[in-house]
Amino acid sequence: MKKLLLVTALLAFGAGVASAQTVRLATEGAFPPYNFINDAGEVDGFERKVGDELCKRASLTCTWTTNEWDSIIPNLQSGNYDVIIAGMTITDEREKIINFSENYIPPTMSAYMALTPDVDVKTGVISAQISTTQAGYVAASGATLLEFATPDESVAAVRNGEADAVFADKDYLAPIAAESNGALVMLAEEVPIGDGVGLGMRESDTELKAKFDAAIQSMKADGTLNALIEEYFGETGVTF
Amino acid sequence: MFAYCADPSSLDGLPWLSCYLTTGKHFDFYWSFLVVLLLLACTAPLALGMGFLGAMAARSPVLPLRWLGRAYTAMVRGVPDIVFFLFFVIALDQGMEWLLHQVVCPDWTEPIRQGLEFRVCPQAKVPASSASAGWYQAYGFALAVVTFSIVFGAFAANVIFGAMQAVPKAQLETAEAYGMSNRQVFRRVLVPQMWVFALPGLSNLWVILIKATPLLFLLGVQDIVYWARELGGTKTSVFEYPHPDWRLYYFLGLLIFYLIATYLSEKVLSRLTANLSRGQATAAGEAMRKAGA
Repeated sequence: MKKLLLVTALLAFGAGVASAQTVRLATEGAFPPYNFINDAGEVDGFERKVGDELCKRASLTCTWTTNEWDSIIPNLQSGNYDVIIAGMTITDEREKIINFSENYIPPTMSAYMALTPDVDVKTGVISAQISTTQAGYVAASGATLLEFATPDESVAAVRNGEADAVFADKDYLAPIAAESNGALVMLAEEVPIGDGVGLGMRESDTELKAKFDAAIQSMKADGTLNALIEEYFGETGVTF
Repeated sequence: MFAYCADPSSLDGLPWLSCYLTTGKHFDFYWSFLVVLLLLACTAPLALGMGFLGAMAARSPVLPLRWLGRAYTAMVRGVPDIVFFLFFVIALDQGMEWLLHQVVCPDWTEPIRQGLEFRVCPQAKVPASSASAGWYQAYGFALAVVTFSIVFGAFAANVIFGAMQAVPKAQLETAEAYGMSNRQVFRRVLVPQMWVFALPGLSNLWVILIKATPLLFLLGVQDIVYWARELGGTKTSVFEYPHPDWRLYYFLGLLIFYLIATYLSEKVLSRLTANLSRGQATAAGEAMRKAGA
């Protein structure tokens, strides 16, 4: 009886189990222009546009949620949501534990940003966001790695002198440097990392992956994806 | 919010600030303060209840019950809060889904655990994947309340257990001499008198509970710490209200909020102590009696 009551309560919690499955998209919400929480408190940015369009093309009902970057893969695996759409670079290491869709952003450059242009990025203290490809690169480069939970904190560490430079996606850093009134400068050195950005899905969700792959291909084919990249990353954005 | 906020880039000074502080995102931030207060309001009585039951079990004449009560306090008190929070929320969530899965999807053939993945049938998802964001928040909040109650209930159980032991034996014996049953002694003499002994410990717990609310953030509830960090971060012109790093001000706001909350609590608790001491066979009660006489 108790079990029955519990089950009924749980079903009620689901607010009426609908027959149509809803696909839950998870993003970080702290990585403009890829994804961020806008002033109205909603998920916004390049990936919001791409995600909504992909769901439309794949005839899926999608909802958005945010999750801390560091736990975004484990929470996908435990089923809190179905798709990671958070500027996640496709790498072999991640490919071992989750499935990636076809890339919806081509391989891009990662870059350093510092207070002065003469920072030695091979020996200095370099900040990066935790569990990113950039953090892995810095750790291997011989520099001292300083990790932060959010991209914003890794930039703040450079401003307050805790780190000599920050290493992150160039498209994320460039607008910050441009609006810093000369306080922050991009270093000349740029590094290509990974195979572009893709959607992350559970390895068992092969059907969902096929749907999204088809939708991404159709967006690539008719040029809408390139148009969105240009809209959000400017003329310098790498298109397909 | 206001009509003149339509184009924030044309504003500056006070009008800008008034628009900035009334964005949808800021209302989410203000709402999260209420969430914290609501969490306290839900957790405190639940934890007290858990503590009371735990203490009763720990001093029960029935051996298995006694073991249960002692094991509960020893286990929860012996594990770091953070570990318990991280572990328990996942365990509770997956446990419920597993249970529901067994009931609603008996024909499901695939294994639930596939390597690192935890996969139940879609009907067994809690909350359902089609549920609105509000349900997800409510669910996260409910998990938080349960976890907080279990953790703080264990501490409260120990405090209440100690307080029950501290009630003078003579009081209980007198009650028995009046012909009260064990139950009556417990209800009429032991419980009313033990509160005054429990209160210092419980008030400590209450303040610790207030200060532990930022752990909500760990449980995936977007609490005041999440919003303060999110709102305070440097904002480029992608946002309608660009600003430099303002985290310092936001965290200062949190600091003031917590100081006010603990200060008010202390006022209320000292009042409560005075009320409970009246007529008690303690030094404080005696002092009050003499002052009144």
